[in-house]
Amino acid sequence: MGKKLLIQDDKVPGIHTLEVYRQRGGYASVEKAVKTMTPEAIVEEVKKSGLRGRGGAGFPTGMKWSFLAKPEGVARYLVCNADESEPGTFKDRYLMEKIPHLLIEGMITSSFALGAKTSYIYIRGEYFYVARILEAAIDEAYAAGYLGKNILGTDYSLDLYVQVGAGAYICGEETALLESLEGKRGNPRIKPPFPAIAGLYGCPTVVNNVETIAAVVPIINMGGDEYAKIGVGKSTGTKLISASGHINNPGVYEIELGLPVEEFIYSNEYCGGIWKNKKMKAVVAGGSSVPILPTDLILKTAKGEPRLMSYESLSDGGFVSGSMLGSGGFIVYDEDTSIPMNLYTFNRFYHHESCGQCSPCREGTGWMEKIAHRIVEGHGKPTDVDLLWDIQKRIEGNTICPLGDAAAWPVASAIRHFRHEFEALIPKTAVAH
Amino acid sequence: MAKVTIDGHTVEVPDGTTILQAARAIGGEVAPPTMCYHSKLKTSGGYCRTCIVKVSKGSDKDPRPMPKLVASCRTAVMDGMEVQNNTSPEVLDARKGVVEFLLMNHPLDCPICDQAGECHLQDLGYDNGGEKTRFDFERRTFERKDIGDKIQLHMNRCILCYRCVKVADQLCDGRVHGVMNRGDVSEISTYIENAIDNDFSGNMIDVCPVGALTDKTFRFKSRVWFTKPMDAHRDCKKCSGKVTLWDKGDEVLRVTGRKDQWGENEEWICNDCRFEHKKSSDWVIEGPRKIDRHSVISANHYMKLGVPHYKKLEK
Repeated sequence: MGKKLLIQDDKVPGIHTLEVYRQRGGYASVEKAVKTMTPEAIVEEVKKSGLRGRGGAGFPTGMKWSFLAKPEGVARYLVCNADESEPGTFKDRYLMEKIPHLLIEGMITSSFALGAKTSYIYIRGEYFYVARILEAAIDEAYAAGYLGKNILGTDYSLDLYVQVGAGAYICGEETALLESLEGKRGNPRIKPPFPAIAGLYGCPTVVNNVETIAAVVPIINMGGDEYAKIGVGKSTGTKLISASGHINNPGVYEIELGLPVEEFIYSNEYCGGIWKNKKMKAVVAGGSSVPILPTDLILKTAKGEPRLMSYESLSDGGFVSGSMLGSGGFIVYDEDTSIPMNLYTFNRFYHHESCGQCSPCREGTGWMEKIAHRIVEGHGKPTDVDLLWDIQKRIEGNTICPLGDAAAWPVASAIRHFRHEFEALIPKTAVAH
Repeated sequence: MAKVTIDGHTVEVPDGTTILQAARAIGGEVAPPTMCYHSKLKTSGGYCRTCIVKVSKGSDKDPRPMPKLVASCRTAVMDGMEVQNNTSPEVLDARKGVVEFLLMNHPLDCPICDQAGECHLQDLGYDNGGEKTRFDFERRTFERKDIGDKIQLHMNRCILCYRCVKVADQLCDGRVHGVMNRGDVSEISTYIENAIDNDFSGNMIDVCPVGALTDKTFRFKSRVWFTKPMDAHRDCKKCSGKVTLWDKGDEVLRVTGRKDQWGENEEWICNDCRFEHKKSSDWVIEGPRKIDRHSVISANHYMKLGVPHYKKLEK
């Protein structure tokens, strides 16, 4: 049984209320932080913990925090990115729905560390009912003196707001999120400047994922050094994994980073193996945008070492034979799955969600969808697989924001590992032209 | 000041200059082509990805190359930076891809398009595009939209460079012009299709790099290469009154702002000058306008001067 730091109490009745949450030791990190620690000391603890961003990119959180510009007389903001929209990812929803106070506690402690007087939780439109849960919890926190003026009798004051998005995947990109939060069209900004210098309303801003902010709570409670002992190498702590697909026990699991992938898939404590006694064909390990890997490469690296659930191990071998931990959206496919059909579904998603600002992504995502569609419909042309490959190559790295990469990687990996499945769908009578 | 080397040419430019501006300072073919960047519009650029270049050395301080190709119009130079434009096969291939993306859904109705001959997309396709498209699906089309009696919008031709949106934002008060929808069905629109009645709205026509926004008063009057550009001015209370007249015989067919060698406006002009003064007697003629771009309208001009670019065309 691995250690749990975030959702160990998710089954406790009434844990969404302040009363039960406090009985289970909640808000201890706020007491500790605002009464006994300096903001710098908190940042130092987060640095020591080795915590890495849980939204997908895995950037060290302490380092991100230390980049925050602190000009005199200018407001600073902490924004929580709860625009969880990556297909296969639903861990943040679970956390916010079950234990909303954990996120609020993390927001207060983190805001104090960053010197933010106003903070926002930007939540995706489809999660409107979760927004209500959060708002009810925020009201409780205000009433109990954890939010508002002079928190717990100290000099520190903080206002926390929930902003509901309008249902756009692109608003999970941090600068598009800030645009949307400002009331504008959710288009990603061109960087630099980065949000740490000029973010929300042009002020220095930190944007962190829900799980990242929640993880600050155990880090402050137990100390950064203790937290860093959990996990493996530079992948410290625990991670929420949303497991879905053809497995016996889909759901959200908190794992210690470093858990072998094989154990995660086949142990009854987690996914419980493949459904209907079938065999596994492939896994998308970190949300739809990360490369899909066939069974042999997801269980073992190209060097033959067992693959672990960690940032380093999952990306071992680069994109040739590896993938990414990403957001922790773990999708398992059984032997009967059509990889081209799955790719077509992903293509449709990225086409629908492209913001349309820059040409490679705007035009390329739709083009890839059309080609994938005709392949799965059995009307593909012999040149189509190479064409798909070429289009994704010309999108990747050439766009304003990572959505272009996210749309390109699934195409590249599906062709790299399952080219034969695409070719099998192309009629033998088709003529090249 | 920062020293930057682009395709082997070194130039010294003030700090904060973009790679594109540095390349333009060197001039000639070293300057990457652009579609969405406009020197007089703030925050323009970065969208079309035409001007992407490879930064093979970040700076003297940090010589690491940049991991991805960057939009030269939005990336500032650093002292000691080394950039590859035409010398990088990777850049040329990516740019060829961008041209393919831009032309994929473009109607290619150049024979009946008023922009033909001075169209940046034509030039870009000619210089950097492939010989044929690999896109064999039905092209995207949009419903026709009426945006007033002076400006014609052909959304099918639009490449979403956002330059007209920036004009609406930065020159016209009470913005009603913007982008609706998202992804490849994004379209330029005015709020609930209001006509744009602002004294400077006509500049949208000038900044449009393609034939998406054209002058209704010039519609189908003449191919641009049959008109003669003349610099002229008049006393105007609203703008500088410095324009280019496009004449055919004694008739003024069109009035536009003056554009520099990159096809970008030197100054903005008001709608009064643009649409309401179509008689030669309204203007003080300064003389013929030299068109610096290598488009159809100036091809002969280049032949006479023997500018290197023309030699490339002969190959």
